[in-house]
Amino acid sequence: MRKVKYPAQFQYLDEIREFVAEVARKGGFSEKEVYSIQLAADEAASNIIEHAYAGVKNGSLEVSCGMQGDVITIILRDQGRPFNPDSVQPPNLKADLSDRQIGGLGIYLMRKLMDDVRYETSSRGNSLILIKRRN
Amino acid sequence: MEISNKEFKHCDMLMLKGRIDSATAPQFSQALDAITESGRFKIVVDMGQLEYMSSAGFRALLATQRACKRYNRGEVVLASVPARIQEALELAGFTELFKTFDEPLAAVGNF
Repeated sequence: MRKVKYPAQFQYLDEIREFVAEVARKGGFSEKEVYSIQLAADEAASNIIEHAYAGVKNGSLEVSCGMQGDVITIILRDQGRPFNPDSVQPPNLKADLSDRQIGGLGIYLMRKLMDDVRYETSSRGNSLILIKRRN
Repeated sequence: MEISNKEFKHCDMLMLKGRIDSATAPQFSQALDAITESGRFKIVVDMGQLEYMSSAGFRALLATQRACKRYNRGEVVLASVPARIQEALELAGFTELFKTFDEPLAAVGNF
């Protein structure tokens, strides 16, 4: 697995997307799947920066990414406040415009785009693990 | 990300180029707000040159659609949406909230 540490800032989302796309392309994922993987990693990282590091300036986000057979695994590690994506209610996609929730959409997309999403927290920090199998 | 604005008689068109994520979405929101704050509520968002949009961009679209549809004074419509972005919009259940057009001028003509 390759591992890169980024400042937990939105300006680095571009680089995080490029990093996971490179691994996914080399791993034989289609361009459509690569886009999905980039979007899922972006939503995961955005969520960590916004929630786990809310009000924190010097946080860091470590992204590990690698292939095992036809499966890509992306692990995002942070030392911020634990923020379990399972605690976020999925948005009601059938709601009218006026009732449509603004929040929760990123996490919902992340789950839909990947095959599996896991969250672990310990004294060493939080890990968000995204897994997708090649079609 | 680059945004340019073209004012037509009956609507405004925002042309997006590049990528919209949490870093660049505030710029997109500001461009949308600038139109609605000037009292104009019929907006075409031309995505023909847009490569990428995350949920941060979707949120900006949703907030503006709410402001525009209030009192039936207008709406936001989308034009030339790239396939990948269209798929994400569908996943998010957004395609029912926005009319989409293949060509920006067809979208302008809608108003």
